[in-house]
Amino acid sequence: MLTILFDGVAYGMLLFVLAIGLCVTLGLMNFINLAHGAFAMAGGYLTIVMMNRYGISFYWGLPAAFVFAALLGAVLERTLYVHLYTRSHLDQVLFSIGLVFMATAVVDYFMGANQQTINLPPSLEGRVTILGASIGVYRIFTIVLCGLLTIGLQFVLSKTRFGSRLRAAVDDGRVARGMGIDVTKIFAVTFAVGSGLAGLGGALSTGIISMDPTFPLKYMIYFLIVISVGGATTITGPFFASLLLGVADVAGKYYVPAIGGFIIYTIMVAVLILRPQGLFTKASR
Amino acid sequence: MRRQILKGLAASAIALAALPALAQETVKVGLILPMTGQQASTGRQLEAGVKAYMAQHGNKVAGKTIEVIIKDDTGIADISKRLAQELVVNDKVSVLGGFGLTPIAMAVGPVATQAKVPAVIMTAATSVVVEQSPYFVRVGRTMPQMTFPIADWAAKNGIKSAVTLVSDYAPGIDAEKFFKQRFEEAGGKVLDALRAPLASPDFAAFLQKAKDLKPDALFLFVPSGQGATLMKQVIDRDFAGSKIRVIATGDVTDDDLLNDMGDSVLGMVTSHDYSADHDSPENKAFVEIFKKVNNNLRPNMMAVAAYDGMDVIYRALTATKGDANGQKLVDAMKGQKWMSPRGPMEIDANTREAIPPMFIRKVERKNGELYNVEFEATGPVKDPTHK
Repeated sequence: MLTILFDGVAYGMLLFVLAIGLCVTLGLMNFINLAHGAFAMAGGYLTIVMMNRYGISFYWGLPAAFVFAALLGAVLERTLYVHLYTRSHLDQVLFSIGLVFMATAVVDYFMGANQQTINLPPSLEGRVTILGASIGVYRIFTIVLCGLLTIGLQFVLSKTRFGSRLRAAVDDGRVARGMGIDVTKIFAVTFAVGSGLAGLGGALSTGIISMDPTFPLKYMIYFLIVISVGGATTITGPFFASLLLGVADVAGKYYVPAIGGFIIYTIMVAVLILRPQGLFTKASR
Repeated sequence: MRRQILKGLAASAIALAALPALAQETVKVGLILPMTGQQASTGRQLEAGVKAYMAQHGNKVAGKTIEVIIKDDTGIADISKRLAQELVVNDKVSVLGGFGLTPIAMAVGPVATQAKVPAVIMTAATSVVVEQSPYFVRVGRTMPQMTFPIADWAAKNGIKSAVTLVSDYAPGIDAEKFFKQRFEEAGGKVLDALRAPLASPDFAAFLQKAKDLKPDALFLFVPSGQGATLMKQVIDRDFAGSKIRVIATGDVTDDDLLNDMGDSVLGMVTSHDYSADHDSPENKAFVEIFKKVNNNLRPNMMAVAAYDGMDVIYRALTATKGDANGQKLVDAMKGQKWMSPRGPMEIDANTREAIPPMFIRKVERKNGELYNVEFEATGPVKDPTHK
């Protein structure tokens, strides 16, 4: 029972770190970036290459994945995405989904189409028994790391000067600009951090699942479910939504395996009917 | 002037009429493979297998030049059907081949029947597929052919109870059904049959459930190319520590992925017809040329099926002395026997079904690499579901 809860929380946390960057760009910057998973894939493959080809430790792989995906995000934001901020949502969707297909083809060309995995360092392997439940060490590691990240993000957004500038820039970009806030720079940094988090999420997920070139498409659905259930205007909304979905998915598959795969979708449909603005969002103004 | 033009037209008409005769010197083989999408690794291996065969045997057989046309169906059946029609109508292919998944073969069946074009099934493994068209010939293998030997082995080696975990699609359900049938006939008991969605990224819940049921063994099946994720999580859940043996069809310890799985899969027992480690001169030659023309890739069961598929097509053309008539080709393929890199192969003359040899294998480290090392041959296995 506790094992299931733990597995679910770990899975949910992972979903959260993967999806949070998309929440930021969608909710705060009002930009639909379906290519978000591509940044996660970039981080994941970087970790795989570092570990399998060069024998570098997994612990270096994680920050490297963050930095690499963030840089990639920053470059693409400056060169490509910046032209689409003012365009219609349809243009943004078409553009970013095109980017997904390009990313898939590029990875396929360089890395091959087969699933690739890493072997975790011994310190993260194995299982421990807590309160009579056997829990994988790596899942605990994931939960702790993602928990710290969430607290850090929440702190930055609500308590720091950067956070208030970002919120101001989002609420009314023109006024914020008038007040002397460099909106362009703030958006660029936010986009880069969001991509970096995706990269970190991708690197973390190589420890549980494996990478293949269809990763961005496979996970796009999960990201979108997290956002539609949690709402995209806060950090806490998607956070609780990820946990709920993670636990419901794992528990559903455990207790009613016959329909387990559908539970995550059932929840989404129920939430969309009852609270179309998202489970954790205040009713729209 | 006008007469001149007419003459010219007539001349070109004659020239055109003469063209088909020329074109018949080439026999076109249209392969429908999933080169992109979820099954892309399967498509790659199939293409690589064809390349290895052509590199070894050249492109001339019975006085004809073989031209291979590869089309990517991305693993989606609607596209496969359209591509099959295009290959038959526009490219005028004499043989179709490939088909990464069961639904794809099912969709192509009617096209093959109507056009009277032989279709060589290399991958799709559900038993019923080959019955869908009299022009289907299978060179791969079927689910019961793979699962019966491992069920027998389990029953003979002190395994009394088992839980099955398969991907929730036709071959997975076949694997579950035939494992249960055979294992229970031999006195074993299947405690629970779990099915994970085909695109499931997290097997945690299913594996925990299997572990909590405390069976003697866990039987696994996922499509080739998707075993890495599953095995990673199986290892993470420490079945060995709970004294639960993990057994599977060879798809899970796919040669393409095995080397990256790490030492934790050492000793895992699976059943399949092909291992890159198979000890025979045919296989040594196959692996060598395969690696040479494919950038050192290791062949898996898909590659060998594509290789055998080309072999069957070449053999049929030799038997018909180059006649590419569909009915004649199918008839020539029936009952073919040959020495494949897998071991002795045969196409059943009545059912057009492959009769491959089967082996029980164990993962071992050899020359620094992980291989499925065969330790027990169960001989050729006929598909038990065809009458």
